[in-house]
Amino acid sequence: MSNSSVALDGKGKLPSYLIDQGKRKGLLAWLLSTDHKRIAILYMIGVLSFFAVGVSLGFIIRLELLTPQGTIIDAQAYNEIFTLHGVIMIFIVVIPAIPAIFGNFFLPIMIGAKDVAFPRLNLLSWYLYIIGGTMILLSMVLPGGAADTGWTFYIPYSVRTGTNMIFTLSAVFILGFSSILTGMNFLTTIHRLRAPGMGWFKMPLFTWSLYATGWIQLLATPIVGITLLLVIIERVFGVGLFDPTLGGDPMLFQHMFWMYSHPAVYIIIVPAMGVISEIIPVFAHRTIFGYKFIAYSSIAIAVFGSMVWAHHMFAVGLSNNAEFIFSLLTFLVAIPSAIKVFNWTATLYKGSIELEAPMLYALAFIFLFSIGGLTGIIQGALNVDIYLTDTYFIVGHIHYVIFGGTGMALFAALHYWLPKMFGRMYNKKVAKVAFWHIFVGFNILYFPFLIMGWLGMPRRSYHYLPKFQIYHIIATVGSWILVAGLLIMFINLLRSLRTGEIVTENNIWGGESLEWKVQTPPITENFEEIPEVTAAPYEYKDNDEPVLEKEEVN
Amino acid sequence: MTTENEVVVHAHRDDVGARMGMWLFLLSEFLLFGGLFLMYSIYRFNHQHDFHIAAEGMNIFLGTANTLILLTSSLTMALAITAMQKGNKILSLVLQIVTFLFGLAFLVNKFFEWRAEFREGNYPGSPLLTAKPSGQILYYGLYYTMVGLHGVHVIVGMTIIAFMIRFTIKGIINKDDYVKLENAGLYWHLVDIIWIFLFPLFYLIT
Repeated sequence: MSNSSVALDGKGKLPSYLIDQGKRKGLLAWLLSTDHKRIAILYMIGVLSFFAVGVSLGFIIRLELLTPQGTIIDAQAYNEIFTLHGVIMIFIVVIPAIPAIFGNFFLPIMIGAKDVAFPRLNLLSWYLYIIGGTMILLSMVLPGGAADTGWTFYIPYSVRTGTNMIFTLSAVFILGFSSILTGMNFLTTIHRLRAPGMGWFKMPLFTWSLYATGWIQLLATPIVGITLLLVIIERVFGVGLFDPTLGGDPMLFQHMFWMYSHPAVYIIIVPAMGVISEIIPVFAHRTIFGYKFIAYSSIAIAVFGSMVWAHHMFAVGLSNNAEFIFSLLTFLVAIPSAIKVFNWTATLYKGSIELEAPMLYALAFIFLFSIGGLTGIIQGALNVDIYLTDTYFIVGHIHYVIFGGTGMALFAALHYWLPKMFGRMYNKKVAKVAFWHIFVGFNILYFPFLIMGWLGMPRRSYHYLPKFQIYHIIATVGSWILVAGLLIMFINLLRSLRTGEIVTENNIWGGESLEWKVQTPPITENFEEIPEVTAAPYEYKDNDEPVLEKEEVN
Repeated sequence: MTTENEVVVHAHRDDVGARMGMWLFLLSEFLLFGGLFLMYSIYRFNHQHDFHIAAEGMNIFLGTANTLILLTSSLTMALAITAMQKGNKILSLVLQIVTFLFGLAFLVNKFFEWRAEFREGNYPGSPLLTAKPSGQILYYGLYYTMVGLHGVHVIVGMTIIAFMIRFTIKGIINKDDYVKLENAGLYWHLVDIIWIFLFPLFYLIT
């Protein structure tokens, strides 16, 4: 790749996508770019900004819960804030985070393509995403107030509340449309644009996870789309399809909502697992254990995950048969996830493990996701679930899975790929300091949720019994440590973009997938020549030795 | 990298990929309606008698006319694509315009049908409808929602065809590059197929 005769920046290299602007200049070169890498950066700005909003809202919730009665905000504001926190974090942050940022950036590179299959559609998805996000923010400031139903929008309250529901619901509908287009784009890209020699089982596991995710996005999202559309129709025209006074069935809303929203959990977690599958072998310097099992288990999760939605509804009075089947399937869906965890652990075994920041986050993922997964199994048991429904145990579980899982994978991916994307290395020591704050703060914050939930603390409750106060105080202190860690991490990463040490080597960490063979940062169309792929993505020649002697960049 | 290479890249064209993307999108559209068909089947199962009675109030003549219109429009759309493949631009253009007009005729029919229903007082929230048994309220609720959403798809389909007419005039769609027209055709057939299910479910179950 280096024998190019075009020496555009004086170093015999082609200009990176960050410099090469194409037809338009300045800001428009970004806002109208169809380059998948630039769109990924646009998504990153969007997702991380909304993440900051979501964290701030969560921080306020924790402050409010310091005392059993009102502390800093009133009950209505509390309802709106926990709803916004959920809506923003689920629909605007974690669902698009990994696929839209890192999938966009690295999927084409990993399979040896110059871009995704539909670059302009890709840009359209981003605009839909921003419109959706902006509508949520608008719902906060417009008269009427933000939605106060919780992020699940349960009927009948979502029809009766006087808040700006229509704004919020339309926003989620539009976000869903954006997600569908991304899924469709990735599926077509993976089917059509693999480089010569890039067979299905030569694809990196991150690509496999995006493939499974693409199918879930495509098949599950329209169901929640139509369901939320129906709630809008219900509010505007009073059609009565969910209104029991007119013969409708509110339970049907819950079924249709969870038919999407449970698979959505896998839209959230499967790409995260893909990231971990990339990072573990690189920093253990070992070929990944059970490549095919990990690849197939992504598909298995996509299939089984679509059939377990009613486990969110064990307390509503389903028939015994339905409950039994959904409970059984819930236990089964844990198997493919566990397969991945075992494979990662087996990869670590006898590896020469390097505890760089991405690896630390990846290990934290395994630990926290395991807690999240196991607490999920507990709720899969029918009788236990009746007791745990709508308690803090659920809130603890969802945070361990989504924040401890996807959140940690997002941070791992940031530390793993950001130097590749921008050609600058962050301060590695500070990154580790931030990690320990985040890891410790996370557990102090969320583990008490599991305990007080087990003891009966109800979720979404503004007032609570004084006996739970000690857990709330511990959790709130944990939130301070966590937020401090997040601040250190983001400041460190942001600073690195300006002042970080410049990275010029292609292979920063010693990875074997294609993104480490292209220039840092990549050139506009990724490859000067489309590569011919001959090797599998994790072929380390010697399991005990690092493949490449890397220079210490920090 | 040579400049020739770059030209090749920008002229990158993958008709199979474009069609695959369209099929995936249509799959998503089917599931969007799938949610509604699911509701229909559950509510119909629970209120069989009421659905039967409510369906008798439908105007079968207009419904049948609309079915014929949409089926024929699918034919003209398919012919427009074949004409384009054979290089007959003018014929293709005429057939696309005919398809568009059929879509318009469908909507006009629908307008008169809905106006008649509204004049009778059968609209959501009306005193007449609210006084009826809940199964009939649900029937009309589903009718307006599903047929209304289908109507939105007809409008979207017509918009797409309008663009195709423009592209054909400008020569962007031509004998060698007609995948856009094919995809527009696929979308139009989706609109048609959904109607083929809506028609018996709402008009013929009496």
